Amino acid sequence: MTTQYSLAELMICAASTAFDNDGEVLATGIGVIPRLAATLSMSTKNPDLMMTDSEAYLLSEPNPIGPRGDDFVQRNETWMGFSRIFDNVWSRKRHAMIGPTQIDQFGQSNISALGGDYDRPKIQMLGVRGLPGNSISHANSFFVPSHNKRVFVANECDVVCSIGYNPERLPKGYQLNEVDIRLVITDICVMDWQGPNHQLRLVSLHPGVSVDEVIEKTGFAIHVEDNTPTTAAPTAEQLAIIAKFDPYNIRAKQLKDNPPGVRAVAVTEDS
Amino acid sequence: MNKLKTATEMVAELRDGMTIGIGGWGPRRKPMALIREIVRSDLKDLTIVCYGGADVGMLCAAGKVKKLIFAFVSLDFIPLEPFFRKAREQGELELMEIDEGMLLLGLRAAAWGCPFIPTQVGLGTDVLKHNPDLKVVDSPYDEKEWVAMPAIKLDAALVHVDHADARGVCQISAPDHHMDDWFVRAAKKSYVSCDELVTSDHFNSPEVARQVFWERSLTTAVCHLPGGAHPTSCAPFNGIDNKHFLHYNKCAKEGGFSAYSDEFINGKTEQEYQELLGGLAAIRAIPQTTY
Repeated sequence: MTTQYSLAELMICAASTAFDNDGEVLATGIGVIPRLAATLSMSTKNPDLMMTDSEAYLLSEPNPIGPRGDDFVQRNETWMGFSRIFDNVWSRKRHAMIGPTQIDQFGQSNISALGGDYDRPKIQMLGVRGLPGNSISHANSFFVPSHNKRVFVANECDVVCSIGYNPERLPKGYQLNEVDIRLVITDICVMDWQGPNHQLRLVSLHPGVSVDEVIEKTGFAIHVEDNTPTTAAPTAEQLAIIAKFDPYNIRAKQLKDNPPGVRAVAVTEDS
Repeated sequence: MNKLKTATEMVAELRDGMTIGIGGWGPRRKPMALIREIVRSDLKDLTIVCYGGADVGMLCAAGKVKKLIFAFVSLDFIPLEPFFRKAREQGELELMEIDEGMLLLGLRAAAWGCPFIPTQVGLGTDVLKHNPDLKVVDSPYDEKEWVAMPAIKLDAALVHVDHADARGVCQISAPDHHMDDWFVRAAKKSYVSCDELVTSDHFNSPEVARQVFWERSLTTAVCHLPGGAHPTSCAPFNGIDNKHFLHYNKCAKEGGFSAYSDEFINGKTEQEYQELLGGLAAIRAIPQTTY
């Protein structure tokens, strides 16, 4: 019997592997899918992981998403307000997973502004937030809900918010391998930065996706090895844990039309 | 000592061109009643330093901001602050856009009287490209280069707390006091609005005393403004007013800031503002966000 699962659930499981070998670090997943990915890893492969309540406390067990009822006991371990988050960031014991608006061939990313001049951008977004510090201090992974060339840009990001594997920007006294960018989980594949000279490398394809589709939707050349595997399907145990920590099924609202994990085969009519 | 002042008296102590730090974080615990008072004032050419939310949007839209020192501006559930966006996309703002942690280090340097604090943060990014005044220095102890994050000295800090007494003892019992203590320590003068004004024995309990994050000698003046953080949150009293922020966001698309300001700020007292929202009881009934 084949278990049914959504693309969001496939992405949560694929993204959770990013944290499985981290040991005792703070996992910060920004957004529902990255948060559930960290939750899944902490609940299965890596119980040593640390997570917060997304506000001010470190937890020994992740919080479910959404209203939790008056009898819910949050498993606080210690206070972890924002000023202390930076003590953690600079201790390097953290792995963040965020969804940038742009990612370039060097693994540099952008959430600040798009187009125009820096003094008068076409679209002002958030600002650099904590990306400069995260990128030079600890491990980082990327989550991309819609894999396309507007995200994976041909040139450098419009505003380079995070340090990547760009030799021209390498600070004095640093080596490229001091930058630690881990996985990229998109709606069509999983990638990492372990190609030659830290080139973006295809790791696995989601069911029904071709190598050509990934190449076509990426604005720069990626490294492809022979026999790229298919992204592992979620197990029944994983799906049950995800459902437990997302009781209101918020994950179903994260991707447009909540597509299934295995693409429906296109129906063609022969004349 | 009695440090009680009105919001109008506090804002009257501010001057054109000052560098002003604002406590809170995004849509959480911002001194919004003081921000509204600045919007109503003649102040101009301010340099604003903060982890920004609607405070930045309103002050930009009201033409008060010359320069912004920031890491982000966001209303969280509405990710992009509409009036900040407008100001940037019209090329109106001078910027010092830095990492959240760099901002913290800049405040700490000012608080500690250091010209700068060395950090890795910012290296390899456009933070250095767009801030040519940020210097990178050699270390006397290793072979690496370091960003010399300069002190961000504030002429004034504005913060909102839940309880304070007339001598300037301030309690933040919300889960996070954010960087408010560092804003206060980096500032020459600190102006605090509070939801509840209490007598000094309120702080006798060790649990309450542990929620006091700076010494009263750093508090310049205290203003009793119940609900003064609205539409941002101030635990334990009120949560974020998402409905109000949606209306605010809609105003940015239809009518502009003048429509919002005419409805809620221009020519209105804080009491009239609260009456438009159903009164203080209605504000305090807004639940805290579950994250």
